[in-house]
Amino acid sequence: MPPVSPARVNDFSIKIATVNGTGSASANTLLMKSIFRSGIPVMGKNYFPSNIQGLPTWYEIRVTKDGHVARSGKIDLMVAMNPETYARDVKEVEPGGYLVYDSTWPRPALLKREDITVLGVPLAQLCNENFSGVRTRILMKNICYAGVLAALLELDLGHIRTLLAETYAKKPQLVESNMKAIQLGYDYARTHFPCPLPLRVEKMDRTAGHIMIDGNTAAALGCIFAGATVAAWYPITPSTSLMDAFKMFADRMRVDKQTGRKNFAFIQAEDELAAVGMVIGAMWNGARAFTATSGPGISLMNEFLGLAYYAEVPAVIFDIQRVGPSTGMPTRTQQGDIMLCAYASHGDTRHVCLYPSDPEECFYMAVQAFDLAERLQTPVMVLSDLDIGMNDWMCRDLKWDDSYRPDRGKVLGKEEVLKLEKFYRFIDKDGDGITYRTLPGVHPKAAYFTRGSGHNQYGAYTEDSADYQAVLDRLMKKWASARRYLPRAVIDATAGSKVGIVSVGSGDGAIREAMDVLKERGVALDYMRIRSFPFTEDVEKFLAAHELLFVVEQNRDAQLRSLLTLETAVDKSKLRSLLHYSGLSISSSFIVEGVLAELAPGARAQPSGAAHG
Amino acid sequence: MTFIAKPKVAHPSLPKNARGFTRRDYEGALSTLCAGCGHDSITAAIVEASWGLDIEPQNMVKLSGIGCSSKTTAYFVSGGHGFNSVHGRMPSIAMGANAANRQLSYIGVSGDGDTLSIGLGQFCHAIRRNLNMLYIIENNGVYGLTKGQFSASADVGTKAKKGETNFQPPIDPVLLAMTLGATFVARSFSGDKQQLVPLIQAGLKHQGFALIDVLSPCVTFNDHEGSTKSYAYTREHYEPAVHADFVPLEREISVDYKEGETVPVVMHDGSRIVLRKLDAGYDPTNRTTAAAQIQERMKAGEYLTGLLYLDVEPQKGAFHFVNNTPDEPLNSIPYEALSPGSQGLEKALARYR
Ligand SMILES: Cc1ncc(C[n+]2csc(CCOP(=O)(O)OP(=O)(O)O)c2C)c(N)n1
Ligand code: SF4
Ligand SMILES: [Mg+2]
Repeated sequence: MPPVSPARVNDFSIKIATVNGTGSASANTLLMKSIFRSGIPVMGKNYFPSNIQGLPTWYEIRVTKDGHVARSGKIDLMVAMNPETYARDVKEVEPGGYLVYDSTWPRPALLKREDITVLGVPLAQLCNENFSGVRTRILMKNICYAGVLAALLELDLGHIRTLLAETYAKKPQLVESNMKAIQLGYDYARTHFPCPLPLRVEKMDRTAGHIMIDGNTAAALGCIFAGATVAAWYPITPSTSLMDAFKMFADRMRVDKQTGRKNFAFIQAEDELAAVGMVIGAMWNGARAFTATSGPGISLMNEFLGLAYYAEVPAVIFDIQRVGPSTGMPTRTQQGDIMLCAYASHGDTRHVCLYPSDPEECFYMAVQAFDLAERLQTPVMVLSDLDIGMNDWMCRDLKWDDSYRPDRGKVLGKEEVLKLEKFYRFIDKDGDGITYRTLPGVHPKAAYFTRGSGHNQYGAYTEDSADYQAVLDRLMKKWASARRYLPRAVIDATAGSKVGIVSVGSGDGAIREAMDVLKERGVALDYMRIRSFPFTEDVEKFLAAHELLFVVEQNRDAQLRSLLTLETAVDKSKLRSLLHYSGLSISSSFIVEGVLAELAPGARAQPSGAAHG
Repeated sequence: MTFIAKPKVAHPSLPKNARGFTRRDYEGALSTLCAGCGHDSITAAIVEASWGLDIEPQNMVKLSGIGCSSKTTAYFVSGGHGFNSVHGRMPSIAMGANAANRQLSYIGVSGDGDTLSIGLGQFCHAIRRNLNMLYIIENNGVYGLTKGQFSASADVGTKAKKGETNFQPPIDPVLLAMTLGATFVARSFSGDKQQLVPLIQAGLKHQGFALIDVLSPCVTFNDHEGSTKSYAYTREHYEPAVHADFVPLEREISVDYKEGETVPVVMHDGSRIVLRKLDAGYDPTNRTTAAAQIQERMKAGEYLTGLLYLDVEPQKGAFHFVNNTPDEPLNSIPYEALSPGSQGLEKALARYR
């Protein structure tokens, strides 16, 4: 008999191994959402292949009464639906854990572990007996395991039925067939296994005022609320769903009911060079415009980004980072574009970057990105990643302040231009490095010529050294002014420690959980999550105030650490990197181990696919 | 080199157009191109055409890529905004700008290098979108600004100034545009203002993508014996097929066209293009036969010129028609009409609970 784990109510992780394209996504969402609706905080992560059908895919659900948002790094229950990956899936289960598999065919290999409980359910057989059609049987097999889990974990069948009814509002017969599959699995488990398992859920009330949403959807909503009217892009995972979501919302919220006319232009470009060109053209012409892409697209946009920087044209670019270099692993996550975005293009260029850590921040930062781009007349890059962008995260309700009005920056209208003796594009009237612009079509007096070639403060062509330098120097002044408008870092210095953690973006949840664990082990740390580049003053202060700093990031080359050493006065030797670049999102245990390895060397071995150094 | 402003004092006797502007009002900064460069003649034709069309200067938006040709957007209509962008990517700037405000007139100036090599992709896709703009290629068969390398429009057998021969077949923008579904395709010569000015006017009024490929000799790198893009060679092999007269709404047709030889085409605003066939067998409204004839004549070493193809209902496939955008420019829709507000957000979030 395998050891039985102690009762673990609302605190465990499930992993579901399936084959891409078999409809497992709906089963997994169903499971996660039903837990969420029972008031229990939950996290869901999808590990999918760059393939439409046939390759292995995994879904990880963490039920977490304490509201953690990262992976725990440990699997308590595995649903092994994919024979191809059985061997590794079995290995991954924690001792004392459980494994559910389809026992229609004998799988002696699965029974090799003595320290876990293996539960066989003849899923294929059940579905073959009860459904007809090859495709239906495959789909229902996946819904059927959701029924098994409902019995094992004591999920609320009422929530499951409601969720199905919402999903298939227009096809009620699908609600019935899906419910039938759920019931088949549920009844089988109840008859054959002691239900519920010690791992189980129990109703809570910790999800009120929260939503489950992915970062791309939230960012798309932000673009709608920012008043963006022009969206141009070239499809690339993991950014595509941002554009899909924008289109979905815009089709609902931006179409004139009477005329059917659309208050937005949605343009599928021929490539990313064109996509960013369209954004630059549209914002130069006074519309709020954006594009979404990933690393390969940013690489292509480099020339245009330099033009927009130097010609001072606003642009908003969402970079949903994925694993590089080159095509890398397109469906896995990384924070690999930190350096690329900060200095994209040739010559002396630097760009305003925002680093959201979750979907909630994606929403607010999307709006802010447009305000910043127009205020500063420069491209603004929002660096999300696949983990934030494509996984459903539990977040606080998004709120909207109806008094918000876009900050269009220093744009002169006809009346204002007519009052001037002459309009010059690049005169620094206010001394903040930000000059006044005009939009086409206003008045001949407002016209100016935009160029990437050398220009003086009057906007005229120049090859004069002093004139050229004056413009570059003013751009640096503008860069300094940018700090005034940027979101500050989120700093938790309650520990009052001399040791701190520094990070950006999606590692936040894992770091906060790791800090709790470390605190229990007697290691209390301070924490700073940087939210923008150029670095704000508080970043410099935090770095100065700590003797040792763990820089936690998800790339091999310690890009955030490099940027900190380049752009702040920090002493390099204080910075220790914790680098996670396996393509999976970072887990709390990785950070705990990394910190302990440094503070108590030799305590734990180093996990593969990652480095501490 | 610094900025040289042209003195803007207009002589009182200069003729004024319907809006009270003289030709000087449609000029720009002083050209810095080589004396005799074909591109400067095209600039002059654009000035003439804009003046004749009574365009409000601020309503003209001038876009370009990089090259000697692309520099010229600074040399006309200084009262309109200009954007000299990056090499080969002007069409995307035009697309974005046009998406933001469909009410302005967009004129793009490019070179054969800018369009047919580095920018070939964007050029093709602007045509596919039937983007409402006038796109002028100032075609000289070389990269002028980088000192005379062959461009993709160089003919087989043409000789570079230093003597080397081109063996790669050229890309002909006119034939390419026709196969891609362009709705207005013309070819002209920088030295033929009579033909070029009304073509520019018609192209500006056209409600869709209007291409004019203008043979525009580079006096410095491609005007020698043995070049097929020199002034002399062009004059000799240049064959007007269809003359287009542009007739603004306000003016009466003064020329007496003979029945059967002319095809009047009414534009969206009531103005007309009157096509006068100089070659009786050529039909500028039939894409298939027109393309075949252009190709035939090209084999014989002749460039057919004029308004070579015109789609009389171009709006149908035009970007804003397909997108169903309102007539009002997107950049001027008040924020209140764009934001769903807190209630809209509440509603949108229902499915994420
Ligand atoms: C990305 C990039 N590559 C190369 C260049 C160099 N360049 C400038 S103009 C030009 C060719 C221009 O030729 P064309 O468009 O025919 O214009 P022309 O000067 O002949 O009028 C080249 C290659 C550049 N500016 N940008
Ligand atoms: S190099 Fe040729 S294309 Fe350039 S300005 Fe001189 S003549 Fe014109
Ligand atoms: Mg050229």
